[in-house]
Amino acid sequence: MIGYNFAYLDEQTKRMIRRALLKAVAIPGHQVPFGSREMPLPYGWGTGGIQITAAILGQTDTLKVIDQGADDTTNAVSIRRFFAKTAGVATTTRTPEATVIQTRHRIPETKLREDQIIVYQVPQPEPLSKLEPRRAETKRMHALAEYGPMHVKLYEDITRFGQISISYDYPVMVNHRYLMAPSPIPAFDNPKMHMMPALQLFGAGREKRIYAVPPYTSVQSLDFEDHPFRAVRAPHTCALCNARDSYLDEVVVDDTGRRMFVCSDTDHCETRREAGHEGTGEPVAQAAE
Amino acid sequence: MSIDLPGFADPVADAQSAFRAVLDALARPGQIRAAGTGLTPPAPLNPAAAAMLLTLADADTTVYLGPAFADAADWVRFHCGTQVTDSPADATFILADALPNLTALPNGTDEEPQSGATILLQIPALTGGPARIIHGPGLATPTTLSPQGLPPDFAAQWATNHAQFPRGIDLILCAGDHLLALPRSLSIREP
Repeated sequence: MIGYNFAYLDEQTKRMIRRALLKAVAIPGHQVPFGSREMPLPYGWGTGGIQITAAILGQTDTLKVIDQGADDTTNAVSIRRFFAKTAGVATTTRTPEATVIQTRHRIPETKLREDQIIVYQVPQPEPLSKLEPRRAETKRMHALAEYGPMHVKLYEDITRFGQISISYDYPVMVNHRYLMAPSPIPAFDNPKMHMMPALQLFGAGREKRIYAVPPYTSVQSLDFEDHPFRAVRAPHTCALCNARDSYLDEVVVDDTGRRMFVCSDTDHCETRREAGHEGTGEPVAQAAE
Repeated sequence: MSIDLPGFADPVADAQSAFRAVLDALARPGQIRAAGTGLTPPAPLNPAAAAMLLTLADADTTVYLGPAFADAADWVRFHCGTQVTDSPADATFILADALPNLTALPNGTDEEPQSGATILLQIPALTGGPARIIHGPGLATPTTLSPQGLPPDFAAQWATNHAQFPRGIDLILCAGDHLLALPRSLSIREP
């Protein structure tokens, strides 16, 4: 593409991001500040993820972009086309074919491999932000590994609701040291981060933070001995591919409020259907309470 | 003049592949990756270390060159546009051919551990030396590596570095056009 540097960002910006990435990998779960650039899409649309992808992407990479598990939503299509245009890289929707996967709020159902990198788009990198709004204070809390307030929040959830009422962006401890926001992935996906063979990179463009989880690193969802972490999914099967173990999206299909549950990971669902798995294709009869 | 020697033939693609090599090496400690193949830096700078400087150093960083690398200083200044400093305590990157005293280098603060320095250590070979066992993030199981040219008490020096985690110093070992990386998160012991 004429008129742009390879992958849009200039080389000095890439070097700055690359230095931040190396330190982020060396200190798993620690948020490294970086000079986030203005990108040709608004904050909140994945500017952090895009900048990381631009800094790591090479001519031989194959890029997959998902938005809530889907390859065909606006955000995913835009970002995929952005890099196809500015870097000329191959793109795919197939998880096994991708070398770099940029994701908004899901981890693919297909297990990732050692030769893959997953880049998360992160709106709020600070897991303590709702408990302590001051940056200076949360930085100190991370320095001291002072995570008591988060345990108190989880405890208060249990006393009020009988369970921990966090369904996404569920806080995790990385390498037994740093409390980390896994980005708003469903808690269902949290166990996939633990000892994942692929490198995991996190970019928050508006908040100007980069962090990382190296391969084969401990990632534990916070919990209590008597209230262990549970990965929750809707108690249904996929209406399209009949999957019983994938994370499901709830889709309202008519004006009487009937709902259909389908795989959130569109590639996983398509692959299963091609392999002959078939769902009912029907909405669920009644709302499951 | 060492600046007569070229930098990357294709600055964008070569920097990207060198970066991916070191990113991968840091994420999977002990694994050897190629970087700087075909590069002809001034002696005694080796291609892997030169590729790291070309990829990571710029006007926002300071580089300390060990005494052995005085002849390469012009090349580094010219091709990286970086500030070459006389003081390792102020350096972002430290290029050395013998392990410097780790306690004399910037190791960051508890709040900003990322400001710890990165050492680019040129060694004769990444294999064939005394065995050391590494374990930590990036490794499913403890792994043995055997780089040459590390001091005999390396494991003890590293233990001091690792003990102050998250503060600390990261080490990239460069030999020829290959490298491996030892992030501060690793524990290293002798077998």
